Amino acid sequence: MIKLDNVSKKFATGVYGLSSVNLDIDKGEFVFLIGPTGSGKTTIFRLLTREMLPTEGNIMVNEMDVVNLPNSKIPHLRKNIGVIFQDLKLLFDRTISENIMLPLEVAGVKTEEAKNKVQEVLEQVGLKDHQDKFPIQLSGGELQRAAIARALVLSPDILLADEPTGNLDPATSWEIVNLLMEINKKGTTIVMATHNADIVKSLSRRVVELEKGKVAKDTKRKDKKEKEEVKEKEEVKEKDLKEEKEPKEEKEHKEEKKDKDEKGEEKE
Amino acid sequence: MNFFKQAGRNIRRSPYQAIAAVLIMMLTFLVVSFFTFILVGSSKIISYFESKPQVTAFFKNEAKQSDIDSLKEKLQATGEISSIKFVSKEEALKIYKEQNKDDPLLLDLVTADVLPSSFEISTNKIEDLSPVSDTLKKSSIVSDVVFQKDVVSTLASWTNAIRKIGVVLIVLLSLVSIFIMVTIIGIKISQRREDIEIMRLIGAGGWYIRWPFIFEGIFYGVVGALLGWAIASGVLVWATPFLESFLKGIPILPVPIVFYLALLGIELLLAVLLGAFSSFLAVLRYLK
Repeated sequence: MIKLDNVSKKFATGVYGLSSVNLDIDKGEFVFLIGPTGSGKTTIFRLLTREMLPTEGNIMVNEMDVVNLPNSKIPHLRKNIGVIFQDLKLLFDRTISENIMLPLEVAGVKTEEAKNKVQEVLEQVGLKDHQDKFPIQLSGGELQRAAIARALVLSPDILLADEPTGNLDPATSWEIVNLLMEINKKGTTIVMATHNADIVKSLSRRVVELEKGKVAKDTKRKDKKEKEEVKEKEEVKEKDLKEEKEPKEEKEHKEEKKDKDEKGEEKE
Repeated sequence: MNFFKQAGRNIRRSPYQAIAAVLIMMLTFLVVSFFTFILVGSSKIISYFESKPQVTAFFKNEAKQSDIDSLKEKLQATGEISSIKFVSKEEALKIYKEQNKDDPLLLDLVTADVLPSSFEISTNKIEDLSPVSDTLKKSSIVSDVVFQKDVVSTLASWTNAIRKIGVVLIVLLSLVSIFIMVTIIGIKISQRREDIEIMRLIGAGGWYIRWPFIFEGIFYGVVGALLGWAIASGVLVWATPFLESFLKGIPILPVPIVFYLALLGIELLLAVLLGAFSSFLAVLRYLK
């Protein structure tokens, strides 16, 4: 679903935002992207949505070659990826429902159909009572929900959430995470960048830790490694068992042969 | 439909810029309308004078009809004459009576004998007036030659000058309105840079973002053209009674409604082109 193959991004300042990152995310996965500020979490998101191009490496999203994607296809890529931006990026002169309607308008969905879809998503994120309010009239958690609703409204296969609990109190943060978990249960692949260690620890999901633009830890790899080790051990055990079995059989066979020989000699 | 809605929102959001854009467009189309009135009017006046007898030759009293007829044939043979009309003494008296019907004293004093018979001659081209007039002057039966060459040529040179000034002014104003519109739309694009970025990030294509600005430019053009046309036409309708008395006898007023509507149609078309072109320039410049 998402594949970063040896991806590096060098900024104009000469600083590397990412260096040789390899990342493989399967369909339906929920991945936490953690790491200190400046470790490259947002850079990965910006590369995935073709907001910027990598200096080297390949990026595949939903079988689209992001790096070599022609400019005319970028809107198509972006319609496939829902993004919850760190700064939300809601339009402050539009109501909540108008904000959520925007991706549908952009995608050319018919007004009636779009209105129904907006109602459906508003229901899902619990903002139905606030649909005619302007962003300035909502609380942080509600704004976050609005941003989630906008990212969800086109039913994208992938949802990128850039620190969606950044400025929220613990209770609201959990509400948002639970909402994301629910969305994930329906099959949407979710990549969530976060600093919230409590949430990451409490949920046993894959964690990719970035440090200075490199993948420092990836629990999937660890899982894989563990699985491989377990497999290896099992194989070794089987082998040992076999080996144990084989000498016994050989011994018995040899003894049988020896008995037969002795009996033959006696006959002679 | 959404493009119109967005354009409407853009206009409402910065009313002063919208007013500035509409005013400059209005000024351009006001000048276009006035100059159209002046040019069409003056060319009608010229063609009126050109179609009127341009040379009038008054005959001496002793002129015989046969001499007059041979002079007529001679003139017609040159091919320069579009019409030639003989006005007898009696007809001249009739015209005189008509012109002075309000003054019985003048009527009493004049009889047909006093008034000379004459030729009223029109030429195909204004340049042919001089040779025709020379031929007439040389004739022994002609006492006096009057021709309106001076009136027409003065009017023609004035019209020419007005046309040139009009074209220069309209071109200049159009350029000014294009630059002002590009600046205004540019400012609006800059103000909305963040919104545009957000739209791009959620998958909006280039034209989804550009169309509202183009419609906005067209809107300013159309509203400006409507206002400019309405003001100019209103002034002309209001001034029609004065102008009619000033241009006594020249049948160009009142202007038919079809003319106003045709002008409005042409101006609206120009406004759409001007508005769309200006915003397209702005979009190219500021929305790379």
